[in-house]
Amino acid sequence: MSEISGPTLFFLGVSHHRTPLELREKLALTANKMEQFCEKLGALPGLREFAVLNTCNRVEFYGVAEGGVTAETLENEFCAFQSFPVAEFRAIREYATGVPVVEHLLEVSSGLDSQMLGETEILGQVKTAYADAQKRRSAGPLLNRLFQKNFQHAKYIRTNTAITEGQISVANVAVDLAQKIFGKLTDTKILLLGAGEIGEKTAKAFQSRGAASLTVASRHIERAMDLAQTFDARALPFEHVPHHLFEYDIVVCSTAAPTAVVRAQDTSAAMKKRRAQPLFFIDLAMPRDVEPAVGALENVFVYNLDDLARIAEANRLAREAEVEKAKVLLRDRSAALWRQVAGANQGPGGSMASAGAL
Amino acid sequence: MLPFVDRTWIWFAAAFYLAGFALGTFGALTQKRQSRALMYAVVAIGYVLQTIGLYIRGAAVHGCPIGNTFEIFQFTAWSAITLYLVIGATFRLSLLGYFTSCLAATLTVISLSVGKWDNVHRVDVFHGNHWIELHAALALFSYGVFALLALTSIMYLLQVFSLKHQHLSGFFSFLPSIIELDHIGFRLLGAGVLLMGTSVVMGSVYWIQDTATVDSAKILTTVAVFVAYLVTLTLRWRSVLVAKRMAWVCVWLFAAALVSLGPVNSSRRPLPRPATVQTP
Repeated sequence: MSEISGPTLFFLGVSHHRTPLELREKLALTANKMEQFCEKLGALPGLREFAVLNTCNRVEFYGVAEGGVTAETLENEFCAFQSFPVAEFRAIREYATGVPVVEHLLEVSSGLDSQMLGETEILGQVKTAYADAQKRRSAGPLLNRLFQKNFQHAKYIRTNTAITEGQISVANVAVDLAQKIFGKLTDTKILLLGAGEIGEKTAKAFQSRGAASLTVASRHIERAMDLAQTFDARALPFEHVPHHLFEYDIVVCSTAAPTAVVRAQDTSAAMKKRRAQPLFFIDLAMPRDVEPAVGALENVFVYNLDDLARIAEANRLAREAEVEKAKVLLRDRSAALWRQVAGANQGPGGSMASAGAL
Repeated sequence: MLPFVDRTWIWFAAAFYLAGFALGTFGALTQKRQSRALMYAVVAIGYVLQTIGLYIRGAAVHGCPIGNTFEIFQFTAWSAITLYLVIGATFRLSLLGYFTSCLAATLTVISLSVGKWDNVHRVDVFHGNHWIELHAALALFSYGVFALLALTSIMYLLQVFSLKHQHLSGFFSFLPSIIELDHIGFRLLGAGVLLMGTSVVMGSVYWIQDTATVDSAKILTTVAVFVAYLVTLTLRWRSVLVAKRMAWVCVWLFAAALVSLGPVNSSRRPLPRPATVQTP
């Protein structure tokens, strides 16, 4: 790693590409640690500007350095702070200067570098990282321009390709399907049948999209009550489910029962009480919780684990097919963005070096 | 050079409705979400042109232009578009613009193409009686409402098909939710029945005064259409007729109502004084 002499835009960090989860856990910065470490970085001579992107999949430092500050200095500081072996860190970290930094940030912000290709949460996380840098006044003219323009370009890539189209997790696919039936989910009543992990994830996905009314039913009422407390929901004894089925719009099933627990007869009786209102079963259990005949009832929709996984996979493949198109756009946009960033540094501060591979 | 007569304006309107249809079809084929604002603008321009054409025709026939089959089809399409422009802006139902432009293009182009439907321009068909004119206009406007109801019902059936058979990508991915379509359909049915009911009441007031003025076939057909929609509304309100069956009924009822326009129009009694103008 060479010494950074003139003002140089750099990036140093670890991500899910080369760093397994257990190491990422050790390197992650909690809110307290983040504050302390940023104070240290602020005191580092020669580090003109910096921003820290800290998510569950990456810890990355973007900065502008000059006057003899090396990436080694930064990584030594970081490893000492995290009590992490420097040699091990060097084996997994990524480092770049110049244009590749711009390309990398744009890749990250547009979701192209995410573990779940095209996910949209990352853009918000990059925005938070930038806002934090502004708050602590560690973002100067160069990072300001880099991040602000980066957001515009990332949005352009997302809008002009299909990398964010369709959901690619089973839970989110289920939520999308529910929206196709009910539109807004704020008024829908959801019944979580069973306390399986995947059911819990799906319930979380529903809550994150505005579903407010959640009821949990499990063969073990204590477990149902525990889960209900987690979700700020109601608990219902399992044996009461058939009589109360008509009250719910969406039923998420994830029991470990050996046979179907939702029967066509009960569902048919429930539908007589709800008539015009559709009923959506998300059957995430294996073996299935919902009798196949339920799907044939009018105004009843049933999707099982295989169905949801197939849709998620199709969406993932569709996103992957867009990657090349997105990368072409990304290269063009990165080049333009680099010219703008380098332009911002013309003048007394000197000019930016464009070289430096990732 | 093309003379700018009423039909010229309506041809231009048809071109815009066709453009809306082409735009929507292109979006569906390329699996790209079409711009609702663009579709709305294209249909709105078509609507303005059609309004101008119908206004010119109305001025020529001294009344609401609903005197022959061509005018009836045009007025029905115009009514459906009027409603779309209100509903489309309020409820933002995706693809409704596409379906409405399909319907408007079909009704407009067919009625423009069949020359004999517009051979006779019936002038002053209501003899200056504005109540009778309003009765006829309301009846036809309700057909426009029922046309839009048939469209939302078709969208409902497509969405149910897509969800039941797991065809979720492409064109199907742009359809509005089942609940939205059901709510809109219910409201349209209510509005249509209200408009047609008002028209039937207004017409019956005059019919009671002089039963010989109206052909019984016309009365029977009109009342049958009204009663069919009224029964449908009641059954829907009582949650007896719901979901797919309700949607199919709305589609078939509109088809029947459209077919009934022929006998209703042809059963008009000859006017007591010469009041028809042959087009050159």
